[in-house]
Amino acid sequence: MSNELEQQNELAELRAEVTDWIKHNKPADPGFLLPQTFMEVGSEQVLDFLREWQHKVWSAGYLGMAWPEKYGGRGLSAAHQNIVDAQMKLARVPICFNVIGLGWAGPLILDKGTDYEREKYLKGILNAEDIWCQGFSEPNHGSDLGSIQTRAARDGSDYVINGSKIWTTMGNYAKYMILLARTDSQSERKYNGLSFFLAPMDVEGVSTQPIQKLTGEYGFTETFFTDARIPADCIMGEEGQGWRIAMQTLQYERGAEAGAAGGISILSIVMNDLLKMAAEVEREGRPLLKDQVTRDNLVKLLIEEKALHLGEKRIGIPALCADYPNSLTLSGKLRGTEFYRRMRQYALTLQGAQGSLYVGDDEAVDGGFWQRAYLNNFSTTIGGGTSQVQANIVGEHVLGLPKD
Amino acid sequence: MTRKTNLALAFTDEQAMILETAKGFCADRSDITAVRRLLGSDNGYSADIWAEMVGLGWTGIAIPEQYGGSELGIGSTLPLVESMGRNLLSTPYISTTIASQAILRGGSEQQKAKWLPLAAEGSIGTLALLDNEDWGATSTSCELSADFELQGTKLLVNDAAVADFFIVSANHSGTQVLVMVEASQLSQDALSSKLLIDETKRACNINFSGVTVSAEAILPQSEIALRDIKLLGALLNAAESTGSCAAALDLVVAYLTSRIQFGRLIGSYQSLKHPTVDILIGMDSARTLMYHAATLVGDQPLDQDAEIACRMAKAQATEALLYAGDRAIQFHGGMGFTYECDAQLYLRRALWSQHQYGDVYHHRTHLADLLLD
Repeated sequence: MSNELEQQNELAELRAEVTDWIKHNKPADPGFLLPQTFMEVGSEQVLDFLREWQHKVWSAGYLGMAWPEKYGGRGLSAAHQNIVDAQMKLARVPICFNVIGLGWAGPLILDKGTDYEREKYLKGILNAEDIWCQGFSEPNHGSDLGSIQTRAARDGSDYVINGSKIWTTMGNYAKYMILLARTDSQSERKYNGLSFFLAPMDVEGVSTQPIQKLTGEYGFTETFFTDARIPADCIMGEEGQGWRIAMQTLQYERGAEAGAAGGISILSIVMNDLLKMAAEVEREGRPLLKDQVTRDNLVKLLIEEKALHLGEKRIGIPALCADYPNSLTLSGKLRGTEFYRRMRQYALTLQGAQGSLYVGDDEAVDGGFWQRAYLNNFSTTIGGGTSQVQANIVGEHVLGLPKD
Repeated sequence: MTRKTNLALAFTDEQAMILETAKGFCADRSDITAVRRLLGSDNGYSADIWAEMVGLGWTGIAIPEQYGGSELGIGSTLPLVESMGRNLLSTPYISTTIASQAILRGGSEQQKAKWLPLAAEGSIGTLALLDNEDWGATSTSCELSADFELQGTKLLVNDAAVADFFIVSANHSGTQVLVMVEASQLSQDALSSKLLIDETKRACNINFSGVTVSAEAILPQSEIALRDIKLLGALLNAAESTGSCAAALDLVVAYLTSRIQFGRLIGSYQSLKHPTVDILIGMDSARTLMYHAATLVGDQPLDQDAEIACRMAKAQATEALLYAGDRAIQFHGGMGFTYECDAQLYLRRALWSQHQYGDVYHHRTHLADLLLD
């Protein structure tokens, strides 16, 4: 009991301490739009800024707090990191951008890696020296990982990689990639022949081609492997276990399994932000917020936002989910991402003629924040299985409707 | 404007037990054959089932123990009402529960002591609030004179033909009051029954003109009671609609997984599959918001968070059920155009339900005032 009290006090102290730290260390507006997600690191300027910021957060002891000290962490608990993250989120500081390292590769290595791998990789993930990327998706196959064509052929003490990956976030800046490739092309079941690698990007035969997004900005690459040789000990687990390891990696990222290093990876945009903007727009000398149609539209969105947040809580009450037990869980991505898409689109409608301006114009509302937010939001309604695929999943796995 | 959002959601063991029992009870007593058998009946419900519900103590769920109830609070009636909606089980339960709440929240000690035990034991009560088509009206054209004679007609009073007592809104000495009227006080031709679009429901217009009441018939805390029962009425209606929406979804899913057209089960077509997922999502949101509201409504006058929650629940449930009913007809194709197809029951329920205790615009207008100013 007294232990519990002690921890409560300790966490309260931490909260005060980090709040104070943020007050003195939150960077000033750099004069360019900062990314809302790690998928928007499109220039060296942004990269350098975020790298410096993450290093600063780590140096202050606020990143990887639950990771062991010998790997750059602090050996504290996830509760400590959560306190820090919550305060960072509240203060809207920049994101900790090395997300594939912090949330995917790092926890995997910590959990399943060898001591050698932990020594080699973990600290660089935390201090932002080593940027990580992810090589799962391939051109023409979207998020259907069972169709992966990239080959990893064992040749002596190396694997020789051939093929290409797409939607590699920060592929042009990354030092390492978590790579899913086919080691057995004869495998009967398409998921069986896959293997998982911690692959260096700075070897011969690896090249990247930045992809220009619909925003006009960068952030992703297509990544090509042409007889790229990586040491055989880069493999995680055994040959053929790649699919299982990849799925486990997703669990860390979704927070379903503990281990992620923490740090805020996304700047959330909520209805309050939209309402603040709407309060500043006028029509015929009257605040837009007094317009009846606008008010009704905003209330509809507020109802939807509230149902989304409360839905998270209802998942924890099985008696209220009895008829379709996995409904809220499986429809979560669909509901969330589609809500934000509509909300952000509506923000541009509300801006009136100003809404037609774009990032870079000095009269664009909030520097074009909403324009970019809306367009980038498609990464969430498309990536990780499009909303249409999500609707199929919900229809088939929740409602039991037949496959098409 | 940047008010803190209340995200309370709790479900007690008592509520879970009520839900479990009610689900089984409603499914057993009110399968679709039983529902259809009652469509053309005079009162629209089975007196035997009503007696059973009274016997189970359900009419006393929200009534304090000192007045013969089990004092579980109005939030504990919602699992039951949702289950009733799911099986289209019509009884005077919602009317009576809201009428009891009016007495509980606005009545004198004497009124509570007289009427709440009766309500717990199965006496039927209902509200007579509506003067015209406008649920949003804050005034009434019904008058209660200085010598306590009522003048005016109330519209669409639910379960009026079977009610033992009525709670009537009327102007009295410059303010709007709620006044208790007993069935025995009404003249022979006071009730004119209405043909409702939802054939599982019953309502009458009532001419209260000439009814004289005593001064003690006025609820002393009428203002608070009037405000709260409109919100609670909306909430109970939301619970019922949510249940009906879940049933409409089940009906659609059953058809989509059995009907074959062009050589395929029609549920395999994305043009049907995806809107069906939308029905599920609408229902899920309605249920979430409804139990959030259930968490916030206590016996005390409803606070602003509770008001927001009730209005959101009602707006969402109405939208969800209307969409589900409309799509249920469409997805049944030619069959859906027939009276025989059960889809019509849910669409008619939706069209009736949307006008109970205020439509979506009414509630969203109030929400805008609460959330945007």
